[in-house]
Amino acid sequence: MKMSPDPETLLARRRQVVQALRPVLPDRCLLAEPEDTRPYECDGLSAYRQLPMVVALPETEQQVIDVLAVCRALQVPIVPRGAGTGLSGGAMPIADGLVLSTAKLNRIVKVDLASRTAVVQPGVRNLAISEAAAPFGLYYAPDPSSQIACSIGGNVAENSGGVHCLKYGLTVHNVLRVRVVTIDGDVVELGSEAPDAPGLDLLAVFIGSEGMLGVVTEVTVKLVPKPAAARVIMASFDDVVTGGNAVASVIAAGIIPAGLEMMDRTSSRMVEPFVKAGYDTEAAAILLCEADGTELEVAEEIERMAEVLQAAGASAITVSQNEAERLRFWSGRKNAFPAAGRISPDYYCMDGTIPRKQLAHVLTSIEKMETVYGLRCANVFHAGDGNMHPLILFDANQPGEFERAEAFGAAILALCVEVGGTITGEHGVGIEKINSMCVQFSSAELEAFHAVKRAFDPQRLLNPDKAIPTLNRCAEFGKMHVSGGVTPFAHLPRF
Amino acid sequence: MEQVLQEFRERIAAAHAARTPLRLRGGGSKDWYGQAVTGEVLDTRAYRGIIDYEPSELVVTARCGTPLDELEQVLAEQNQMLAFEPPHFGPGATVGGMVASGLSGPRRQGAGALRDFVLGADLVDGRGELLHFGGKVMKNVAGYDVSRLLAGSLGTLGLLANVSLKVLPRPVRETTLAFEVGQQEALDKLNAWSGRALPISSSAWLDGRLALRLSGAGAAVDAAARELGGAHGGEIMADADRFWHDLREQRADFFFGAHHAGLWRLALPSTTPPLDLPGSQLIEWGGGQRWLLGTSGANSEAARIRKTAIEHGGHATLFRGGDKGHGVFSPLQPALARIHRRLKDTFDPAGIFNPARMYNEF
Repeated sequence: MKMSPDPETLLARRRQVVQALRPVLPDRCLLAEPEDTRPYECDGLSAYRQLPMVVALPETEQQVIDVLAVCRALQVPIVPRGAGTGLSGGAMPIADGLVLSTAKLNRIVKVDLASRTAVVQPGVRNLAISEAAAPFGLYYAPDPSSQIACSIGGNVAENSGGVHCLKYGLTVHNVLRVRVVTIDGDVVELGSEAPDAPGLDLLAVFIGSEGMLGVVTEVTVKLVPKPAAARVIMASFDDVVTGGNAVASVIAAGIIPAGLEMMDRTSSRMVEPFVKAGYDTEAAAILLCEADGTELEVAEEIERMAEVLQAAGASAITVSQNEAERLRFWSGRKNAFPAAGRISPDYYCMDGTIPRKQLAHVLTSIEKMETVYGLRCANVFHAGDGNMHPLILFDANQPGEFERAEAFGAAILALCVEVGGTITGEHGVGIEKINSMCVQFSSAELEAFHAVKRAFDPQRLLNPDKAIPTLNRCAEFGKMHVSGGVTPFAHLPRF
Repeated sequence: MEQVLQEFRERIAAAHAARTPLRLRGGGSKDWYGQAVTGEVLDTRAYRGIIDYEPSELVVTARCGTPLDELEQVLAEQNQMLAFEPPHFGPGATVGGMVASGLSGPRRQGAGALRDFVLGADLVDGRGELLHFGGKVMKNVAGYDVSRLLAGSLGTLGLLANVSLKVLPRPVRETTLAFEVGQQEALDKLNAWSGRALPISSSAWLDGRLALRLSGAGAAVDAAARELGGAHGGEIMADADRFWHDLREQRADFFFGAHHAGLWRLALPSTTPPLDLPGSQLIEWGGGQRWLLGTSGANSEAARIRKTAIEHGGHATLFRGGDKGHGVFSPLQPALARIHRRLKDTFDPAGIFNPARMYNEF
């Protein structure tokens, strides 16, 4: 574990770095006083905070290049930051490091109907892209719940998804090109407006790399035609097994819904007083199943979906009759997090993916864990692709509850891996799940990841302590399984 | 099968120690693609079979030596498919070769590329280590996306032992329309139509004729066929399946053109206007993939083709035939070449895997 630098050293270092940055950044783009840098001390995972030494907010690509050059020369670690809405602490600062905010790189450079693309700077909000494309009947499909605030650069860093990614894909399926400044000072273009680019697919590696491989200065995204119509079915189920099987039935019937979400009873009880969407709060599980396309397509698909859900044992089925009703049906699912905030002083949002068929098993296991850890857990689910968001409710002011919430979370992630899934579906590893990486990957695999980083960032200056744990960290935190009497990483010293 | 994989690992470890090159090869259906390869053949075909297939999970996991025919047959039985419609280019094509060559067929236009459907891969690296990347689920951001990196890597980073792919249901309805249009008008129509919610899965223009395949929900396909058939004069094509199959496999007449002068593949932004280049062209993917028959095969022609592609924001590959002496794939920017070099050194430190298959430098 890195020791925090002593205050004297930090102050001197800060002066040195600020002095080196002054020639390359306007005053309004450089923050160093604690009262100015404090807003940057955490992202959406507010339990993990660290005051940064310096915050840079470049306005141009050249300034990004210059800031990186200064940091390279002085060996200052850098934490890139978009809108700071991330939920895994990926943008948590380093005590003697620099936060590089892309907030001022917020220009929409071009929206082109003919090619169905938009060229935007990394600080542009996800929803702002769709708003700019709307006059052309186009939109940017990936819709994370935070889209009103989150930045496209951040989306690239996390390979963000959202409710509609089952049908429309993740960020990696909707981004054509990123322009990146490397720590070595090169400006490279990964991907292209053409269907592919020569050589290895570095764009695929870069998307989801959590700010660890380079700093994005421009993104070209694919825009898709806005569907003429959309309708959603709200279906209730008496138990989670039936609900889980219904999800599988929809997919097995050859239907790819625009959205397929599930909420358990705890969630629907949590959100209903908040949004008054008409959720059946007695139901063990509620499914929201959406169809979009032309009016005819939607009518056809809704009929097929309703048939399947009925046959799968839905106790009640309602179809939205108009746009207002459709949005109302969705409002509960989309407001799950704020609703959690109403009934619990704190909540811990988890993110893991499991094979759909394991849904019922995992939900029942989580129910048992509620008793073990003495905390409630509400579950909302991107059921269509198995991506779960358990919301562990706790009160940080009660002694031990935060630790129990963390332990509960880690247990859920271990379960995800056990049933053949992954510890993070869309929120990223960041700092939050870095220990769980030791459960999901072998030391050889972690070493391969470190080598991939070295290919882009040989100096380990870009977001160095995130996402990929060192082998010593794995050993130190004891996040490992002992199997056959043999402790893995046995050769590594523990301290 | 585990024994077979273990033997592969041992062979690779030995090659690593002796620094002897290995030529990773399945059915040899893509032997002609890319730069020439030397080295002892490591034949992957003994390591075959579908490990796991869950239609309701939309995922299939197969060993690299599995014949592509076999995989597609199994998927078809469940009314599912590889949505990117990969070319086989030979009867013995394997799953491993498909992923390593990274080639997508006509349906890439509507569905996305092969790499979009890779969920996970197990790789035997240059030391003989077996590494697991990704998984069997679509939403997975744990660690760098190495499994997608392997798609199209031409075996230069290691032996792709197993791969998990997302599958999709076969479309409920399909129909193909044919239009008599010149190249510019075809490009204009294709780009305009792509901006509308029409269920276009693939397209092909050659010599004044544009073929457009509509696939998807019955209501959507019927409505689109009526609209495009009526107002735009499209006629329904008979025996369309054969047409698209021949196009995918490059058995259409166009591809039997001058092989001594080479077949070029240009990847371009779809709105690129008709190219100022001599030679016949076949345009696919709504304008994004253009095939060009070389006329002279001379180096000056190659240079002109590459320059034209780059000027329009794309790149050009000497796909088949012609003189490969001057390189097959478009050269990389130096900074990107450096990253490529480092990645190669990571996964293949002794440089044993398919050396120079992609670029001379690795």
